[in-house]
Order: sequence, then structure tokens, then C-alpha cells
Amino acid sequence: MKTIVKLLRKPIAASILAIVVGFIIAAIVLAAAGYAPGPSFAAMFNGMIGRPKYISNVIIKATPIILTGTAVAFAFKTGLFNIGAEGQYILGTICAVIVGVTFNLPPLLQIPLVILAGTLGGALGGAAVGWLKARFGINEVITSIMFNWISLYLCNFVVNTQTFHQPESTSTFPVNPSSYTMILPQWKLSEEGLNALSGTPWLYEVLVKTDVNIGILIAVAAAILIAVLLKRTKIGYEMRAVGLNREAAQFAGINVNRNIVTCMLISGALCGLAGALSVTGLEPHNISTLAAFENNGFNGLSVAFIAGSSPIGCIFAGLLFSGLIYGGQSVQQVMGAPSDIINIMIGTIVFLMALSQIVPMIADRLERKSKGAENA
Amino acid sequence: MEVGPDYAVQMHGIVKVFGSFRALDGVDLDVKKQSIHAILGENGAGKSTLMNVLYGLYQADGGDVFLNGERVSITSPTEAIKHGIGMVHQHFMLVENFTVTENIVLGEEVCSGAGVLDMAKARQEVVKIVEEYGLEVDPDALIEDITVGMQQRVEILKALYRGADTLILDEPTAVLTPQEIEQLIKIMRDLVSKGKTIIIITHKLKEIMSSADECTIIRRGRYMGTVDVSKTNETELASKMVGRHVNLSVDKGPANPGETVLSIRDLHVKDDRGIEVVKGLNLDVRAGEIVGIAGIDGNGQKEFVDAIDNLVHAEAGTIEIKGKQIQNTTPKTTIDTRVATVPSDRHRWGLVLPFTVAENAVLERHNEEQFGHGIMLDLAKVEEFTRGLIEEYDIRPEGCETHTASGLSGGNQQKVIIAREVSSEPDLLVAVQPTRGLDVGAIEFVHKALIRERDRGAAILLVSLELDEVMDVSDTIAVIHDGQIVGSFAQGTVTEEQVGLLMAGGGNE
Repeated sequence: MKTIVKLLRKPIAASILAIVVGFIIAAIVLAAAGYAPGPSFAAMFNGMIGRPKYISNVIIKATPIILTGTAVAFAFKTGLFNIGAEGQYILGTICAVIVGVTFNLPPLLQIPLVILAGTLGGALGGAAVGWLKARFGINEVITSIMFNWISLYLCNFVVNTQTFHQPESTSTFPVNPSSYTMILPQWKLSEEGLNALSGTPWLYEVLVKTDVNIGILIAVAAAILIAVLLKRTKIGYEMRAVGLNREAAQFAGINVNRNIVTCMLISGALCGLAGALSVTGLEPHNISTLAAFENNGFNGLSVAFIAGSSPIGCIFAGLLFSGLIYGGQSVQQVMGAPSDIINIMIGTIVFLMALSQIVPMIADRLERKSKGAENA
Repeated sequence: MEVGPDYAVQMHGIVKVFGSFRALDGVDLDVKKQSIHAILGENGAGKSTLMNVLYGLYQADGGDVFLNGERVSITSPTEAIKHGIGMVHQHFMLVENFTVTENIVLGEEVCSGAGVLDMAKARQEVVKIVEEYGLEVDPDALIEDITVGMQQRVEILKALYRGADTLILDEPTAVLTPQEIEQLIKIMRDLVSKGKTIIIITHKLKEIMSSADECTIIRRGRYMGTVDVSKTNETELASKMVGRHVNLSVDKGPANPGETVLSIRDLHVKDDRGIEVVKGLNLDVRAGEIVGIAGIDGNGQKEFVDAIDNLVHAEAGTIEIKGKQIQNTTPKTTIDTRVATVPSDRHRWGLVLPFTVAENAVLERHNEEQFGHGIMLDLAKVEEFTRGLIEEYDIRPEGCETHTASGLSGGNQQKVIIAREVSSEPDLLVAVQPTRGLDVGAIEFVHKALIRERDRGAAILLVSLELDEVMDVSDTIAVIHDGQIVGSFAQGTVTEEQVGLLMAGGGNE
């Protein structure tokens, strides 16, 4: 009993419990709808990790949401709710495309330039929200929702400008190939490359059949960097102080308003980075007219929630989230069960995470019960 | 103790356990009818827990409760009220924009046959109780317009309106001025003479001596005995409460004032509603002396200290620290000018509660090179520094540098703040209500720390609503009224009554 109580007190316990319960609820819903839960989950996991190609795709799809998740988690730790991750992501894609189409430098210069442009775009979007809050006290939730729509229509505007619009499509031109961040983009499709790869089937699958790119490395590095920033630097210390007790921070001589702008800027930069990496790393390397949000930012909110706002946790939560969505398609293909079951599962997990305060309470109650049993 | 009808309340062998913590461990309480019974204990000793058991907010894990000699089981406040028990909480539970009458009848409204509120009749009933117990209060005034002392009367009236025979007052004097405290004691006496029984929870010895008949002492959840107040004295009560001998008088040598450190001239500050509350304040504090500001809450104390700390804008006037003007700069400038402040509200301004003790110990000082080179923060060094403070200032529990600050007791939280502020060796130490909510042992510690800082050569500005504290600790007593210093006296040249009069605005003419 004591070990259970101890385990429940660990911050990660809430996340794991939420995920387990999410699976149980999904199993019940599946069973109620007449689908066997066991084989459905088997199909899902097979669709996640059954083939090298699947694993590669899960990682590719995890990249942007690890970054937007980290962005939301970081903002949350500093007392801000960045619901504008979606818009900042879009700004990142716009800036990356503008710069990637306009310039055509050698990859060693071009790639950093395009990624930097996207990161800056997102950072500006975030900083604007932060500035409005610091200067005029406007709640960041309201402004960042507005900025989401501003970004969406800005994207559609850019798509339709003469300079960038690709004729007879709803998209811009793709960025110049020198911006591509896939691994060996030219070689892997050349005859020589295809021949070399055919010897190792898994590598062939991963490289040729998916857009495997360096984004995941950057995302993981960014999450670790943010964790270090928060926990091991003076500025991170100030940011956490502002997040946990704004008045005490102000009293201690910390410039609260400057911190708000800086935090939103960093959060936005992470989202912009996610957008830029999507443009450079994935087909079709451009932006298209958006009728609705693509949820790269909003899913980041879920990821941050599942991770309990831990930047490192966002790496795993992002992979899980991406795995569920990607593997969920197989449930439909194999079992005929609607893939909406995945949404039910994710919804349950996020909902339970919102209730995560309950877990330490369960620990307390268990402890009391076991004490009562001992005393009796 | 025999159970009998002579006792309004008897609680025998009460045990209350929270998790692994025994908050109450066999506590007895025997309250005679028509008496004022004090419950004395340090913060966290279990006073409030005991009363919450009586009021039905907590269920005891052991022990019996008797009312008028009858064994009862009280499982909710509703039942407690039915049994004639009323409670006035430390934090008032009043609707600010309702009238006194509306607040009193709230939840027990007087209705006509058709279920329509009958406020006229309600008002009559309220007036009847007000007259019966001599509790002067305007039944039609809005709560937000009346003083804190009046609001407390409304709380008492609420309990009486519900037919309470036994009134529990939780720390009733914490928010009152000396004059209001006197009035409250008179009200309590009147109520007792009219047949009521009163239980007051407090850690203030002086009030027990001046109001209570008997006093039950609790230390760390254990029953330490019940004494007849007329046969004891403050020192004995304090020793019983803390468990060791406590020095109640403030021990200090004569002050040795040096150069002027803080000099405020013609300071004007507006409060957050835009009303001018500091109206041309002048004040000097020299190195090596403690200047205490006596005053009733809301006379500009908060705003003029906030102006020193640069948390608010000064409309006019100057604030100089050793000749350097710092008004209307930034909080950081104040700190960098070697001014340290112990804030009035430690939870709001003093600590980041979810931070560890170590993280809190370097708030304001985290940018110093000793806590990490460049942008890095070296937690190991911060913790090492904190361990030194924990030892020097006897912050408990030992090894708490990695605990969150919220887990510490109020006294130890205050020690963390004082340790932090004092360890920077400031030229000016501003202490606002530094002993608020602390128990005797911790108060002694805080006062000693202030005097030690004075003797080191710091200028000390003490702002307190506790007149005793200002009178005992200060070398110079300055009285604030309506945003101005209306009098300044060397310690020993003025009586508490004279100061009280100035605080209330008298003696100006």
C-alpha cells in the first residue's frame, strides 16, 4: 500500500493513470458499439509500430505537436495560457514559405535562414499577444484566439498574392529544394540511392516511403532546452516566479511585464519553429488556403495537458498523441470501427488530466485507509 | 471532569487525525455556563480544529461532546446551530453590498405567507436583537460602508439571530484597533450577563487576561490544562503555551542613531481607487534606530511603504535613501539601493508558495554571481546558502530547503522572509506587520532580529497595527493619521493612550 501511495504522489502518475483510463473507456465504447476491444487495440498498435514506415510516420507527425506542446507547457509554467499556438504555427509556415521561395542559397545557409524566418514569425505573433497583455492588460486568451484567425487569413492572403501563388492550385509555390530538411532528399530517390537502399528493407521503407526529416531532433532538443531554461537559469527562475506569484515576483524586483513579453515570445517562437519545420520537412513544402485550422497548435494544448506541463513530458506525450491518431486510422481499416474512437480516447485522457488534482487526493485517501486498517 | 448541566460545552478526550498527523490528541474542554472561556495555543496547535469539531465542520475520530450535560453528536454546522452554537470566523462571511439586516437574515429569511421576503419584519426583528444586547449598529447600512469592528458585530448578531447560546469567536481581535478591542470585550461581558456563553480562540495573552474567566491551553494537539485567569499571569500562560520560558518584554539596549538613511519629504500617494491617502508625509529614519509607525489600518501605511518599494506611483514629494532620490523608479532600484522589506502579506508579496524554501530564499538576490555564473542558476549553491540560513535562523523542519514554502508553518515562513531580507545586510529594513498571525515564540524571534539589525547599524522602519508592538520595539514612535505623521515621540515619553488618541485623529486641534 505504501508503495502505491508513493507512486501516486509522483507527478507522472496522473498522466499514466489518465492514459490507462482513456484506454479502458475506449474499450467500453468499442464493446458497446459491437467491436471487440482487444483486436481493435491490436490493430491500432500494429498501425503505430507494426512497420518501420509506421514508426517513421508517427515520429514525423509528432514533431510539430511536440514543439507546440512544449510552447504551451512553457507558457503555462510562466502563468500564461497560450491558446494562440495554432496561429503562431501558421505564422511560422507563412514566413518560412516567403523566405524559402524568395531565396535560394546553398542548403547550409538556406535551411537555417528558412527555419529562423519561421521561428521569428511565430515569435512576433507571440510577442504581440504578450505586449498587449503587459501594456494594456488584455487577457492573452482573447487576443491569442483573435490572432489565430488573423494568422489564418494572412495565410490565405499570402497564398493568393501574385508572387507566391502557384497557378491552378490553392497553394503557394513550394520552397526551394535547398530548404528541404529531409534526410538525403535527392540521393534517396536517385537510382544509385534506391539501389543501395534496396539491400536494407527497413531503411528503404523509412527513407523512401516517408518524409523522414531532422525535425524530431530539433523538437527534442528544443524541449530539453526549455526544460533547462526553466529549471537551471536565472531567467527561467524569474519566469516561474512570475507564473506562480506575480505580486511576489514584482515585489522582488522582477520586471513582470518584460517577463510576460519574453515568455510569449519564446512560446510563439517554438510554434513558429514547428511551422517552419513542417514546411521544410514535409511534402508539399508550401502553404495552402486554409478553410479551417489544421490543429497543429490546438493539439499542442492536448499534448501539454497530457504531459502535465512538463517540457520533457511533451516529447513522450507528443509521440503518444501522434501514435494514437496515426494508429487509429488502422482501427477503421482493419475493424471497420470508426476512427472517432481515438478522439473519444484522447478526449478522455485530456479530461482526466484536467482532473489530475484528484490523483494526490486518491493517494491521501488510500494512506488514511491503510492507516485506519493498521489502527483497527 | 464530571459531566453536568452547569457546563454549556464539554468535550472530553477529543482526537482528530489528518492522514498521519494527530491534530488533536485527547483534548478536554469544559466551559461553564455564562462564562468567557479562552482557548490558547500557538498557530497550528489545534485550537481551530477543536472548535471546528464542536461546530460540526470536522468529525472527531474519538472522544465525546456534551452540551448542557447531554451527550450529543454534531455532524454539521446546521446541527450545531440547532443546538444553539454560533461561530464567528476570523474572516468574516458577509455580503459586502447587502445591508446589515439583509446579511443577518440571509439563509433564515422572514417570509410572508406566499413566500415573499418581508424585509420590514426582518428589520424589526434585527432591531429587537440589537437593542436587547446593546450592539449598536445601523440595520440599514451597507456592509462595505461600515468599519471592521461593526462588521464583526454583524457577525455576532447573525449568530444571535439564529438563537445561539454559545458563541465561538475565532481570533476576534486580529483585525481590530485598540479601541475596538475594548468595545468588543465590553460586548462579550454584556452577552455573558444576559445568559450567553462565549468561547474565544486566541493567541493574544493580554486579551485573555482582560476578558476571559478561564483559559484552556493546547500545545501541539495536546491538552495542557485549564487555568483560572484571575490566578495566573501572562508569563505563566505563555510558558504553558510554548512549553518553555518566554521573554515577553523586549530586551534591548539604548539606540545609537547615526546618519539619516531614509528621508521622506511631502510625499503624496493615491490608492488603487485614485483617492489620495498619503497627504504630505514627512519622515526620517536614522541608522541604528527603530522608528515604529503606529496607526489604524487604512491611514496610508500601505501606500507610503509601497511608494518606498516603488510598487506605486508617488504623485509628489521625495523619498531619499542616503541622499539618493528613489521615488518613481522601479522595485529593483529600491532593492539595489540596499532597502529590504518584510511585506505585510507574506503569502501575497513575500513568498512564492509553490517554490522550494531554497528558491524563496534567493528571491531578489538570484542574480548574484554566487548563485550561478552568467545566466545559469546553480541550485546546489542556492541550497547550500539556504542551509546556512536555516541553521542561523532556526527554520524548521531541519533540512527544509527542498520542501515547498507552502508546507512550512506561518512562523517559519516568516523566518524565511526575514532571513532573506536580513541576509542582504540592508541599510534600511522596512518591516510591515512582521509578526502578524505569529505566535509568542515567533514574535520574540522577529523582535530580536529587528533589534539585532538595528545594532548592526541598519535603519529600521517598523509599520504595525499592533500598538503594543510599536510601543515596545521602537526607539521612536511616529503616529500616522489620514496620510500624515501627526506626532513623533522618543520611546518612554508617551503613553499608549496619548498615541491611541492621535491615531484616532484626536489632539490635532
